[in-house]
Amino acid sequence: MIFFEDIVVGDSVVLGRHTFTTENIKAFAHRYDPQRFHVDEAAAEASHFGALCASGWQTAIVSMRLLVEHRRALAEAVRARGERVVQAGPAVDLRDLKWLKPVYVGDTIEYRIEVAETRASDSHPGFGLMTLRTTGTNQKGELVISFLSATLVERRGERR
Amino acid sequence: MPKLYWEDFNIGDKAVYGPRLVTREEIVAFAAEFDPQPAHLDEAAAVATLHGGLAGSGWHSCALMMRMMADGFLLDSSSMGAPGVEEVRWLEPLRPGTQVRLRTKVLDTRSSNSRPEMGLTRIRYDLVDEAGTIITTLTSTMMLGRRPPGAGA
Repeated sequence: MIFFEDIVVGDSVVLGRHTFTTENIKAFAHRYDPQRFHVDEAAAEASHFGALCASGWQTAIVSMRLLVEHRRALAEAVRARGERVVQAGPAVDLRDLKWLKPVYVGDTIEYRIEVAETRASDSHPGFGLMTLRTTGTNQKGELVISFLSATLVERRGERR
Repeated sequence: MPKLYWEDFNIGDKAVYGPRLVTREEIVAFAAEFDPQPAHLDEAAAVATLHGGLAGSGWHSCALMMRMMADGFLLDSSSMGAPGVEEVRWLEPLRPGTQVRLRTKVLDTRSSNSRPEMGLTRIRYDLVDEAGTIITTLTSTMMLGRRPPGAGA
């Protein structure tokens, strides 16, 4: 993370990729979204999806690990320079989540974040609110997911 | 055959599902796999964060709500999935040991012009603790198949 004042709207970066397999689709679905088209090939074929596909929540949630790893790498680089690591607070909200295309077995999704907006936080004076747009694109170049999420980010010089 | 079709969801309908116990083990296991931040993994490290103690990932709240929806009514329905989620707000931390419930309210319902076999139902979901305090609130629209002619009511 960088200080809130240093964040530039429009900056974007690729977080990484995740490949969806029969095993990880079913494992997630059995725990959190056991609808028939996420757990059973035959039922999925008979459904409007036409084949086994990932829970939309799985498609969203796997981006988080990539984001955490991305931030960890940035923090290590900051520590290596002997500077203080900026604190990012918890996420406040998520908006405008769109599942645009189903994600099927064998699809590899590339996740990207872009700074969509920055504004002051009324509730946390030492922090600002950063809104990120996360998007996921499959190997055919089709957008499969998009959402906005707001996170608190520490301001420069306000920490006691 | 599904028991619930689009026609069975009416504006203003309310329901409560659960309870479900959120254990420390589940919070830590979810975080280790999907959101490995100190606030979700380790009590000592979590105290120093804005969460002020171990709390579940916000994504974990969403996943729990999805599971409680599925068990509550979706698996008995003609669900065709959802085009997205309007909004999720994380209002209070999800603490280990909480008995959560899912409160639902149907906000809107409409047929689809382009796809006569389905309808759209907009629902607000609140994940609440034992005292009824809202931990996470979520609003989304789902696609439901319409009752075919001849299917029992």
